[in-house]
Amino acid sequence: MRWLALRTVTVVGCIAALAVVSKLLSANLDTYVFLVVIQCGVAMTLAGSLNLINGITGQFSIGHAGFYAVGAYVGAAWTVLWQPIAVRYLPLLHLGTPLGDTLTLLIAIVVGAAAAAVAGVVVGLPSLRLRGDYLAIVTLGFGEVIRVVILNIDAVGGARGLTGIPTLVGSGDLAFFWVFGLVVAVVALSRNLMRTTRGLTWLAVREDEIAADAMGVDTTRVKVTAFVVGSAFAGVAGVLYAHYFTSISPDVFGMDMSIIITTMVVLGGTGSVSGSLLAAIVLTALPEFLRFMQDYRMVIFSTMLVVVMLTRPQGMFGHGEISFATFRRLLGRRRAGGAKP
Amino acid sequence: MQQIAQQLIYGIQLGSLYALIALGYTMVYGVLRLINFAHGDVYMVGAFVGFYACTRWLPFKDLAAHPEAAGANIALAVVALLLAMAICSAMGVLIERFAYRPLRNGLQKADAHFWGLVLGFPITGLFMPVFSGWGPLVAVAVGMGVGFAMRPLVAWLARRVKLSESRLNALITAIGVSLLLENGGLLVFGANPNFIPNILPEHTYTLPGGVMVGSSQLTILGVSVFLMLALRYIVMYTRPGKAMRAISHDIEAAKLMGIDTDRVIAFTFALGGALAGAGGAMVAALTHVKITPLFGLLPGLKAFVAAVLGGAGSLPGAMVGGLLMGSAESFVAGSSLSMFRDAIAFCVLIIILLVRPAGLMGRHVPEKV
Amino acid sequence: MSLLELRGVTRRFGGLAAVSDITAHVDTGELVGLIGPNGAGKTTLFNLLTGVYAPSEGAVLFDGKDTRGLRPCRIAALGIARTFQNIRLFRELTALQNVKVAVNLRARSSLFSAMVDTMAQRADDARLDGLARECLTAMGLEQVADTRSCDLPYGLQRRLEISRALATRPRLLLLDEPAAGMNPFEKQDLMQLIRTIQTTFDVTVLLIEHDMKVVMGICERIYVLDYGQLIAEGAPAEIRANPKVIAAYLGEETD
Ligand SMILES: Nc1ncnc2c1ncn2[C@@H]1O[C@H](COP(=O)(O)OP(=O)(O)OP(=O)(O)O)[C@@H](O)[C@H]1O
Ligand SMILES: [Mg+2]
Repeated sequence: MRWLALRTVTVVGCIAALAVVSKLLSANLDTYVFLVVIQCGVAMTLAGSLNLINGITGQFSIGHAGFYAVGAYVGAAWTVLWQPIAVRYLPLLHLGTPLGDTLTLLIAIVVGAAAAAVAGVVVGLPSLRLRGDYLAIVTLGFGEVIRVVILNIDAVGGARGLTGIPTLVGSGDLAFFWVFGLVVAVVALSRNLMRTTRGLTWLAVREDEIAADAMGVDTTRVKVTAFVVGSAFAGVAGVLYAHYFTSISPDVFGMDMSIIITTMVVLGGTGSVSGSLLAAIVLTALPEFLRFMQDYRMVIFSTMLVVVMLTRPQGMFGHGEISFATFRRLLGRRRAGGAKP
Repeated sequence: MQQIAQQLIYGIQLGSLYALIALGYTMVYGVLRLINFAHGDVYMVGAFVGFYACTRWLPFKDLAAHPEAAGANIALAVVALLLAMAICSAMGVLIERFAYRPLRNGLQKADAHFWGLVLGFPITGLFMPVFSGWGPLVAVAVGMGVGFAMRPLVAWLARRVKLSESRLNALITAIGVSLLLENGGLLVFGANPNFIPNILPEHTYTLPGGVMVGSSQLTILGVSVFLMLALRYIVMYTRPGKAMRAISHDIEAAKLMGIDTDRVIAFTFALGGALAGAGGAMVAALTHVKITPLFGLLPGLKAFVAAVLGGAGSLPGAMVGGLLMGSAESFVAGSSLSMFRDAIAFCVLIIILLVRPAGLMGRHVPEKV
Repeated sequence: MSLLELRGVTRRFGGLAAVSDITAHVDTGELVGLIGPNGAGKTTLFNLLTGVYAPSEGAVLFDGKDTRGLRPCRIAALGIARTFQNIRLFRELTALQNVKVAVNLRARSSLFSAMVDTMAQRADDARLDGLARECLTAMGLEQVADTRSCDLPYGLQRRLEISRALATRPRLLLLDEPAAGMNPFEKQDLMQLIRTIQTTFDVTVLLIEHDMKVVMGICERIYVLDYGQLIAEGAPAEIRANPKVIAAYLGEETD
């Protein structure tokens, strides 16, 4: 009973806090900055979800933009192509009313997540046979194949992209609420996994597959589940992206996107949820705020990437998490250091 | 029938290029178990060296105006090829020395200084408008200055490096180097595509059955085959080649046997770089494709796929994989599915790896328990 | 009926028959030793029993059930657990977490309930936590429960391997050189411990060990492997007197 009360308080509290923050930010932030914040939120979901596959379960998947694309395109296809048909039979879905908008978006999310999850199964299956670099290159390849296929589907605009997607999440507080609600969901799920006995089996697969198998961990199931959950979240991120920016095109979901998402996870420290999220913010916001650097931006960025990899190979946080304990430790060290003559 | 033969010939030409690049991937994978993502960009640099050699550095004459200069041009073309090979070879070694060696042995002071300098230049570039009036020498001097100032920063970052076993880490480093070369290339070479004018005599031979073969296709094939034979000789019969094979078998044991593994690894990168450079220069000079700083990305990726297809680490595998890849691509490009041309590489790869997880010619080494 | 039965089990690697035509059995409650010179095929036999490798020929029956084609995790669920000769702990996880991975076999809540952190899941987790700590305590590891396993000293790592195997609640425990690298006193200690857990956890043990003195002291019955073949079987005293075994260990030709 106490548990139920606690859980209700947490969930309601989270929603309320999100609602307040989104109201505040959308009212006070500059439009451009707000846009970057939304992009950061999407990136955080992508990094967090890839961290489930790559960091926690240790499967070398580096083609995450593929799932993102599947979610975005299938979700948008529902809203643009199929929803107008569905609305004829289900007047409830009528766009422009809060109920119709929300229902349509929810269905888009479900459809997008399901499609991305299916893609996740397809990509996850090779992970049962392939290891390490081989798996990495196959996942990257799958991402490319998905992009090229989309490029050649005329119904969703082909190379021109899909435009005129109704903005079901608005451009203000509602968008923030949805996007960061998703971030919270990824974080909560990762945290639960890392803390429960069940979730340890995922870490075990990362640490030593053969030993995990011998201890009764169904490694096949763990790996496929990780791919399914990770790609479903990426799919939802895609749906939100599509309904916020109202237009999508295949080149948003190219190999460079995949590489950037992978970089977020590695820079953050593989397995570290907070590290991945922080890296997602840095890697999304930094290039935006460095726009004045124009041509030099990417050179500096890539050099920094190499330098960070060489100087902090374990990523910013290794397997650890940022928590109050981290700060306490840091402060403690500072104090201890200061005490020395 | 004729069409098929024609496509096969194009496929073989394309495939021999992929094979040249794939060899570099596969050798490096063999010794280091590292996907050298930057290899495709070394190929791009080879193409640019070829381009500059043909248009600026070497006194080539336009054949349209001076038809008698064909012989001289061919001799110069060989020089250009060697030049591209030498420069790309050096680049391979440089990349290995400053990006991959620190991954193995930890970041040394010299590495920190190098990266500080590299970081200094683009940062100086930012302030280019400020000294644009002062001439390029001043800018370079300032760049060096800023670079020297950056060194302690990198050294400070590197003060407590814990070596990581993570392969993902190595992969991201390689991707970082690749991005650096591409974006550095965009800065240095500009984003506009470049063409090389006709500088070599072009013949077309008609084979029985009406199949046409261009002299440039024959040249590419011939040079590739020659280089591959040379490589095979080096790997099989020379001391460094044998050392390479020893390392790819077991690097720890090779170290214990007194092989200077760092040197041999550098040698591997030099060989791979030379092959990629040759490929790039030939493409630039002979096929009239548009050369841009990003143009190594896709061929590089496909060549990598070819290497995996053949079995990473296996030299004959890389050659077969390259030819297979080239032919597959040429057939798809010629069919009604031509828009899937760039996806076919990965489809082939995925299918083959699912059937043979170690590639066509790779040995599957099950993990000992 | 025996708990474990091997019927003509053979495993080839290329031309090499690492294990050839072995017929043997282990009965419930026994403590059986498996000895043989280096490369005799002992570890390979364990791999065959646990499904890491499939036999080229022959069959392994556990509790009367043919294990052919079962993946290692299924065999573990049937009740065979093992330790590894070259320690394979989950390095980045703590000792307790290592054990908890194995204890999952006895979990009741689903993965989904773990992801959303339900009440039932919490109750189950508390139960599993208790089971895991029990296994740690049995091997005397309760002090280091929260130490990362790769930071543990070597001897404790070996113990943790056993503890982790016990956590799956096995009926048959396969120990691959659990005392390797220990001094005689530590070995004696460990063997005592193995005897204790054999009774407290009610488990049958098959043990690989090189140290003759140790094996002879603890095992009720011994199998001897050489070049993949079973060359002797019997009580310690018989084995000690067996000329084939002596020859195999001293490397002499048998007549
Ligand atoms: N996966 C494998 N591939 C090829 N050969 C193998 C494989 N696993 C084991 N072998 C070979 O089988 C033989 C038996 O090896 P095994 O590890 O079972 O010996 P062992 O009795 O455990 O020896 P030790 O006392 O040294 O542990 C050895 O010759 C070994 O090289
Ligand atoms: Mg053994």
